[in-house]
Amino acid sequence: MNFLDPRIDYIKKRFEKINRVIGVSSAKGGVGKSTISTFISLLLKQKGLKTGLLDLDIYGPSTHVILGVKNIKLNENYGVEPLKIDNLKYFSSIFFTDNKPFLMRGDELSDAILEILTIVNWEELDFLVIDMPPGFGEPTLDLLRLIKKIEFLIITNPSIISLETVKKLILTLKEGNYKILGLIENMKINDNNLIIDSCEELKINYLGSVPFFYDIEALFGNVDMMIESNVSLYLDKVLNKILINSF
Amino acid sequence: MHEWALADAIVDSSLRLAKERGLKKVNEIFIRIGEVNNIDLDAFNFALSEIMKGTILENSKITFNVIEATLKCNNCGFIFNYKNEFDKLSPDEKESIHFIPETVHIYIRCPNCKSIDFDFIEGRGIFLEDIK
Repeated sequence: MNFLDPRIDYIKKRFEKINRVIGVSSAKGGVGKSTISTFISLLLKQKGLKTGLLDLDIYGPSTHVILGVKNIKLNENYGVEPLKIDNLKYFSSIFFTDNKPFLMRGDELSDAILEILTIVNWEELDFLVIDMPPGFGEPTLDLLRLIKKIEFLIITNPSIISLETVKKLILTLKEGNYKILGLIENMKINDNNLIIDSCEELKINYLGSVPFFYDIEALFGNVDMMIESNVSLYLDKVLNKILINSF
Repeated sequence: MHEWALADAIVDSSLRLAKERGLKKVNEIFIRIGEVNNIDLDAFNFALSEIMKGTILENSKITFNVIEATLKCNNCGFIFNYKNEFDKLSPDEKESIHFIPETVHIYIRCPNCKSIDFDFIEGRGIFLEDIK
């Protein structure tokens, strides 16, 4: 017989305890995927929902910088318990990388992601927000295969360059019949309707926009300030659209 | 223990396989363990025995097939023994590899050309080989 990889069954079991999985995705880098993943996780947590944030952008993890994570001490309990940041459960590969570059070929990246999905013991969650791997390679395909309930939140900025790549991501997801919650236009700096029109054309929900905040990095590391910020005001409106019909 | 999660995973897969084969009792389980995963076999064996209690796997003989790890550099083609390089690492670095084996690319370099670009020829992963 072919050897069985026990991680596959186990990942499915781990995710049975998680009500909704939101994959925050953008085929283009630098559009604010990690920032939005982090803010949305904090806002869900703030609403009293059991929330986890998983950083799977392994080549360039950054949610730990946004959250200001330091002094990592992990506990083991049927796997590895995620870190708890003010009731937000959080896991990133940086817990095991000493913040050094973690570079490898695609099949090994895929293996690393399977390992993380296997060992992290989230227990019961209302929401798990995943800062998705970049692009649409093997790791993303594995996530689609293993986490059937994943719903995509697409991020772009108001640029024809980002939009060009994001359109391909949306078309691929639509072809595969994956659930797309909608699109957030991040770092909006003018009033043009480029992204809104494209959402209509692609028949996906335009969930709203977040302006370009020049001083956003001053908030990083201070969870309370992030939750009280104007960024959160904008993203809370988006979240309320996502949460309708959630429970 | 990390080993408990892995044992739980093996038990789940074994039960699924037994069901697919219509087995009413399993007497032996064969498990392949890559050296890179650095599993504590005593802890793993204990966890398996505990989790199998009350199932058709209870009291099965567990056979571990530990595979020595060999790596091949994609840059210069050099083939090297994993353990020689692993033994040079600190306890924290070893623990990182135990949890996520791919972190070898952070802590180990090709001994010949110092590249991080190498592959596992064998010795990575935990697999259910068979049940009887």
